[in-house]
Amino acid sequence: MPDPSSGHAFGLAHQFDDYEQQREASYLGVWVFLVTEILFFGGLFTAYIVYRSQFPFAFAMGSHELDITLGSINTAVLIGSSLTMAMAVWATQTGRRRSIVAYILATILLGGVFLGIKVVEYTAKFEHHLFPGPNFHWQGSDPAHVEMFFNLYFAMTGLHALHMVIGIGILLVIAVLAWRGSFSPQNHNLVEGIGLYWHFVDIVWIFLFPLLYLLGRNIQS
Amino acid sequence: MSTTVTTSAKRLNYLNVDHGMKSWLLTKDHKRIAILYLISLSFFFLIGGLMAVFIRIELATPAGDLVEPDTYNRLFTMHGVLMIFLFLIPGVPAVLGNFLIPIMIGAKDLAFPKLNLASWYVFNAGGLFMIWAMLHGGVDTGWTFYTPYSTAFTDTHVIATALGAFIAGFASIMTGLNFIVTIHRMRAPGLTWFRLPLFVWAHYATALIQVLGTPVVAITILLVAAERLLGIGIFDPALGGDPVLFQHLFWFYSHPAVYIMILPAMGVISELITAFARKRIFGYKFVAFSSVAIAVLGFLVWGHHMFVSSQSVYAGILFSVLSMLVAVPSAVKTFNWTATLYQGSISWQTPMIYALGFLGLFVIGGLTGTMLATLGIDIHVHDTYFVVAHFHYIMVGGAIMAYLGGLHFWWPKMTGRMYPVFWSKISAGLVFFGFNLTFFPQFILGYLGMPRRYHAYPEEFQVLNVLSSAGATILGLGYLIPIIYFIWSMRYGERAPANPWGAYGLEWEIPSPPTTYNFEETPVVTREAYDYTGIEEKSVA
Repeated sequence: MPDPSSGHAFGLAHQFDDYEQQREASYLGVWVFLVTEILFFGGLFTAYIVYRSQFPFAFAMGSHELDITLGSINTAVLIGSSLTMAMAVWATQTGRRRSIVAYILATILLGGVFLGIKVVEYTAKFEHHLFPGPNFHWQGSDPAHVEMFFNLYFAMTGLHALHMVIGIGILLVIAVLAWRGSFSPQNHNLVEGIGLYWHFVDIVWIFLFPLLYLLGRNIQS
Repeated sequence: MSTTVTTSAKRLNYLNVDHGMKSWLLTKDHKRIAILYLISLSFFFLIGGLMAVFIRIELATPAGDLVEPDTYNRLFTMHGVLMIFLFLIPGVPAVLGNFLIPIMIGAKDLAFPKLNLASWYVFNAGGLFMIWAMLHGGVDTGWTFYTPYSTAFTDTHVIATALGAFIAGFASIMTGLNFIVTIHRMRAPGLTWFRLPLFVWAHYATALIQVLGTPVVAITILLVAAERLLGIGIFDPALGGDPVLFQHLFWFYSHPAVYIMILPAMGVISELITAFARKRIFGYKFVAFSSVAIAVLGFLVWGHHMFVSSQSVYAGILFSVLSMLVAVPSAVKTFNWTATLYQGSISWQTPMIYALGFLGLFVIGGLTGTMLATLGIDIHVHDTYFVVAHFHYIMVGGAIMAYLGGLHFWWPKMTGRMYPVFWSKISAGLVFFGFNLTFFPQFILGYLGMPRRYHAYPEEFQVLNVLSSAGATILGLGYLIPIIYFIWSMRYGERAPANPWGAYGLEWEIPSPPTTYNFEETPVVTREAYDYTGIEEKSVA
């Protein structure tokens, strides 16, 4: 390969003129990626809105089966993880290496707690025959559309959980990089990028929680 | 730095700087990735074309005598799937856009070179899924995968094919994301938005659609796969779902996808017309913003695919009006190209023949599009060959004409070689003539009531079908000749100068082929786009 290093500084990719350009490109890239994520979830939200408006009663019955206590705890846990993530970004900007690692590990821990509680909830649904498919069983009226509520519940929270798993994986890599001192106040695009992603995944949950757990709870069967 | 200066007998460029498979398969150079895409796309285009050959042979006679009805269903499905997802959607952006956008904006590379390479691998992985499905019996749902047929009834390889489209879709998102960031952040000093070549504007608008539309079809495909695999009901009415919701979600992407195919093609045409009329484009800002207008309007018209599938008549009226609005920015472009030709110094080089062919064919395709957007007419010609002819005029007569025109225009830049002028003009003529002979009779057939997607038809339709099949033969020949002389030219073609056409643009100011980092120093742009004052005219012929 020809020599790309002529006049190029450490950590600056060959296609960029300076750190400023590299940073702006990297942020814009993450934002555009998050836009695609919104539309990715958007398909499911559309399906939810359409069917909720068509079958409000069946969906309310489905909502009653969800555990509102665990859902609330999880919401608090996830908001807490957003705080630790924001602190990790702040620690990177101010160059506190140990704090970065500590805050990222805290974020991973809170993400793990969230997923753990999710596993407890999913297990309960399996045991109560509320997982869609051949084993689904519903005593009350309109089982087909209650099952559809659970289709959407598992599709939406499952896709959200998958995003959490991917986020935790990336955070583990970043924790190692941070421990090795790969980030500096000039060069920390990776931490900012994963921070944006983590907040995005949180915000998706902020929409999922009321839609799935809270809406229609006042309707009695 | 000194290695790239042209003192040695053999000048280093992006092609000869490195050799061997590894240097290509691990390259981060946007120009090499463009070549890799060119190879992949040509491969998929040939397979998709082969399907079309069988379709046209079958339709040469009224009886269904060449293939079984089931086989025919698979043939037209695989033809559509391959051509749309693996050729037309990547098409111009992945090959010409990848090669040219960094050069046109004075950058060394795209903003994310590794992502660019990853997109090629992801694209091929998607292609492999589809080829695997094809070799194991294919799929017969039509390229639209309509539910509940696709989820509850057919026993063909829906999941493998749809996942192929899902995966290839991510390649499209990666390309779009890369282009948006690159165009925003990597422009050379002095290169303001209104000095950008219109090719770049068109690709920016395309990238917006890729980024906003593709994720929606991705999640839709996942839901189809889940319904088929796990039996959970989202779209199947037997399971409480609504198949029309699938159509809404599918067309929310797949109609804008049509503009993913045609917008970059329009960008190519803006470059060709100005270069061979040797004039600044008429109404630069109108042409630039019409690309964005098409991208935005394109998201508001998907319901015109559902005029007869239980959509409310009021929704139908709204979608009909919105669809006709797309004709406004399209006409702005067409009129401005024509006005650019007026009093231009026109030279009949091969790329210009393609560009002028595009103008004629796109006008026919676009006008029949407004006919189809009219509710009453659509109900008459819905699901007939009129629709087939319409979208082939846009996609083949529009997108592929521009793709070939662009390839002929920038081939000397990409390879450093010229191709034979005589043969290229012959093949451009064959493509134009063969295309019209193939698809114009289909307008008449459709208007007379011949439905699409059948392997047999009444005898009174035979004359027009034979004309169509004869045209397809000529069209196929017109596509084969360039493949031969392009490959020939890479070894035996005359060496191309830096600017063989006397065209204006940053890409013509650097050597052919360019060096790996395109520019030795970041250029400073002080002139408007297409400023042809003082550029020497050249003739290759």
